[in-house]
Amino acid sequence: MNEPSTSWIEGYIVDDDSEFTLTGLCRATGASEEQVVLWVSEGALGPHEGAPSAWRFKGLSLCHTRIALRLVNEFEINAPGIALALDLLEEIDLLRARVGRL
Amino acid sequence: MKYRDYYEILGLPRDATQDAIKRAYRKLARKYHPDLNKNNGAEDHFKELGEAYKVLKDTEKRTAYDRMGSSWRDGQDFQPPPQWDENFEFTGKGNDGGRTTTDFSEFFEAMFGRDRAGDHSRQAGGNATASDLEGAYSGAQCSIPGQDHHARITIDLDDAYHGAQRAISLDTPMLDAQGHVAVQSRTLNVSIPKGMRSGQHLRLPAQGGAGFGEGRAGDLYLEITIRDHPRFRVDGRNVTLDVPVAPWEAALGASIQVPLPDGAVEMTIPPDSGGGRRLRLRGRGIPGNPPGDLYAVLKIALPPADSERSKATWNTMRQAFDFDPRADFYR
Repeated sequence: MNEPSTSWIEGYIVDDDSEFTLTGLCRATGASEEQVVLWVSEGALGPHEGAPSAWRFKGLSLCHTRIALRLVNEFEINAPGIALALDLLEEIDLLRARVGRL
Repeated sequence: MKYRDYYEILGLPRDATQDAIKRAYRKLARKYHPDLNKNNGAEDHFKELGEAYKVLKDTEKRTAYDRMGSSWRDGQDFQPPPQWDENFEFTGKGNDGGRTTTDFSEFFEAMFGRDRAGDHSRQAGGNATASDLEGAYSGAQCSIPGQDHHARITIDLDDAYHGAQRAISLDTPMLDAQGHVAVQSRTLNVSIPKGMRSGQHLRLPAQGGAGFGEGRAGDLYLEITIRDHPRFRVDGRNVTLDVPVAPWEAALGASIQVPLPDGAVEMTIPPDSGGGRRLRLRGRGIPGNPPGDLYAVLKIALPPADSERSKATWNTMRQAFDFDPRADFYR
């Protein structure tokens, strides 16, 4: 007797080729448009020119926006603080990677 | 059920002020936040802190918690005193924005969980919310798309190289018809493509919260972490490996076999290589477009001087070389 075959759900990697609109990014992350616009204005995400409706976010923005949202929820950090925290986290990652290469 | 000493978790006396509770939480949360602290156990500790803070920052929950008495110790077997919450009214306030009831301990669930947790937000709920449903009922043919969901999974380095098929169990808080949060478990059979890197997301279309009416289901995003490997270190798409070599292999050059995640490779060690020299194997890191590189770092392993013969050999080397490894000290 044949065993029932398992169906596997195919996933898609959100990489540098992926793009999100402002609405799509908010939908995917749970952030509000006001929050994302504020973070872009502080340089935490982006940079982006033109009207927010024309903005296109790379896949990495999904990760950054999720981190930003967690930092807001856990620490009530304001937009300049989010920009600073994301910069420092990126630097920490680079330093950790450098240590890992030693 | 085990008692949780929320004051001990936050390192506070039981008469701590609300300001002190907030300060202690913020300080410890920064220390153990999973975005900042990548050590094993940090995320679990962070969740404990969040649970403790959720109770102690809320005057209602804190008062109810204090009524259980101060003689309990963290981890002690615990049964709540009879009618411990009699005549106690919970307003259900105190949304934590994104945390789910599945993050909490059995103790919290029993004392403050479910409808008392107050997490009826879109973030926690996932499907269309009570307010969405209210809006839907008030108008004809209203369709609401389902919420996108997020979860974290850990994969092995081999999975990143070759792809994998995994059955993933997820606990999802859902709103029932009465607006209460109930946890539903489900298992997804997921095909993980090769080339995934730590921090990347895998999007599973239509596997998030269910939509309402004609609204499509939300997507599920899986945030990927690659499990630490005893031999390989991963940095983005690049992979680093320490390769032990004998002193004569480093000095004279050699061809050695090195095991990589995608199969063994014959590697040439150039003559006169020093310890710590990095040799790049282009394109042998994590697959992708472009693929990462693999770096082999030479570590010179010394044979032990534990016999007369080996000591004599080292002595012969000393006499053969006019070599001072600390010559730079005095320049």
